[in-house]
Amino acid sequence: MEADLIRQPAAVLGDAIAAREVSAREVTKAHLDRIAQVDDRVHAFLYVDTDGALAAADAVDAEIAEGIRRSPLAGVPLALKDVLAMKGVPTTCGSRILEGWRPPYDATVVERLRAAGVIILGKTNMDEFAMGSSTEHSAYGPTHNPWDLERIPGGSGGGSAAAIASFEAPLAIGTDTGGSIRQPAAVTGTVGVKPTYGGVSRFGLVALASSLDQAGPCTRTVMDAALLQSVIGGYDPRDSTSINAPVPDVVAAAERADVRGMRIGLVKELSGEGYQAGVEQRFREAVAILEDLGAEVVEVSCPHFDYALGAYYLILPSECSSNLARFDGMRYGLRVGDDADRSVEEVMSLTREAGFGAEVKRRIMLGTYALSSGYYAAYYGQAQKVRTLIQRDFAQAFADVDVLVSPTTPTTAFRIGEKVDDPLAMYLNDIATIPVNLAGNCAMSLPVGLAPEDGLPVGLQVMVPPQADDRLYLVGGALEAALRDRWGHLLIEEVPAL
Amino acid sequence: MSAITRAEVAHLARLARLALAEDELDHYAQQLDVILQSVARVCEVAADDIPPTSHPMPLVNVFRPDEVAPSLTQEQALAAAPAVEDGRFRVPRILDEE
Repeated sequence: MEADLIRQPAAVLGDAIAAREVSAREVTKAHLDRIAQVDDRVHAFLYVDTDGALAAADAVDAEIAEGIRRSPLAGVPLALKDVLAMKGVPTTCGSRILEGWRPPYDATVVERLRAAGVIILGKTNMDEFAMGSSTEHSAYGPTHNPWDLERIPGGSGGGSAAAIASFEAPLAIGTDTGGSIRQPAAVTGTVGVKPTYGGVSRFGLVALASSLDQAGPCTRTVMDAALLQSVIGGYDPRDSTSINAPVPDVVAAAERADVRGMRIGLVKELSGEGYQAGVEQRFREAVAILEDLGAEVVEVSCPHFDYALGAYYLILPSECSSNLARFDGMRYGLRVGDDADRSVEEVMSLTREAGFGAEVKRRIMLGTYALSSGYYAAYYGQAQKVRTLIQRDFAQAFADVDVLVSPTTPTTAFRIGEKVDDPLAMYLNDIATIPVNLAGNCAMSLPVGLAPEDGLPVGLQVMVPPQADDRLYLVGGALEAALRDRWGHLLIEEVPAL
Repeated sequence: MSAITRAEVAHLARLARLALAEDELDHYAQQLDVILQSVARVCEVAADDIPPTSHPMPLVNVFRPDEVAPSLTQEQALAAAPAVEDGRFRVPRILDEE
């Protein structure tokens, strides 16, 4: 298997490492070499931790030699979104305000990856503080989509998705506040899962919007996503919103991969106007496959989804304007203008002006406005009520069907620069992914083909009720297997050589 | 909803501790206006009798035993500070007159 180590699924690599057919060091080295070869064009990584990764790989190899296998993913490399704290390794969130900051602690997700023997290769590029749908809002330059380097890889987790799609890593961690795992997965032909809110600890995840943020897996196969979710998921007393209940058995569900007798709802509001013809075509073909596999498909209506984008762009800025108040240049990060004469308020204002990019400032001001007296009830208060109505829409739909499906994104990957100065056009990319975050459900995006008009990947989104994450994998596993039978390979095998 | 003015943007920037440049004030006034007009659609929804949701899960208070546990050392906590003095964070003046 030496020749194409980088093209193997994580599950296969983990088994080969455990069987000592290949060492964790060889696998890690192969991916570090790949990064060295192609990342000048992709720019998925902000930091590569070569020494740390090789040391961790050697430790896994030593344990394997003693017969210890920490997890099915022991020795498998992973790319970590730069929004998660990793002790001693630069963590920037794609922002100048945190340039050079090395956290003094590990996020729980990082702790669990280390405990499972997963090898962390480095930190991936992202829209600044996870605000964006294209990774163009990174202070360190955009990431390029491996399917077409002139196009965006989605965002905010474009670096994690591009690392997977360019075979720089078989696994990555993303975070999803309004679609930042699923939308990049859709436009790069990869798999992305937003677990149930509270399913994965937020301790050490730099907060964008605390009631929406959730970390999850980015992979090339459904089984790899299940294995990774099993490693990072579960109760953490350090996150007061963590669910204190067993994680659904997502690996068993990915193995079963069965939709027979399942009722699948097509969300009427997540199609039609604004959706690219080729996206809808591939989506409907995939739904027909699910029917052939024994599922019953019906159309359902979630009338308040039409207001989800508006509610989201009031709730998110409100929470982020509050969360990002901590970046004040006093205890860590950038400090500008401290000349021993200026007041603390002046230094804070100069620091934040210099340290934050345009989109971050825009959302902080939007949130400050929505929370200010006189507007609070009309904006933030009303958005919270709409959030209730969206939760009720989901509850009503799930009383009738087991899962809901939609296209993940309205279009395929657009060109770098096309929407960067048009915030509203950018926000529309998340129109199909946002309702899940507002309600706290879980969802998966998986590749269902290339749009005929541009040859770019299309994603299908599966949505299920909170804490029913395993159901995602029943659908995802079944659809992936059927598509693989039809094509003779995974869609990602068609990505152009770099 | 009324249009957002340049003066309002300046006020918001002050509240948010952002020392915006003059050209940014005009730029943001125009952009925030467009965004607010779009998101204001949520006001069309009749929701007077609907309870607000601030969080996706019905949260109750979460308690833990009040026990001493390992934490960062003073050195670790100060390691990333822009300025340190006598084992503390050094900050710019917080009062107008000394």
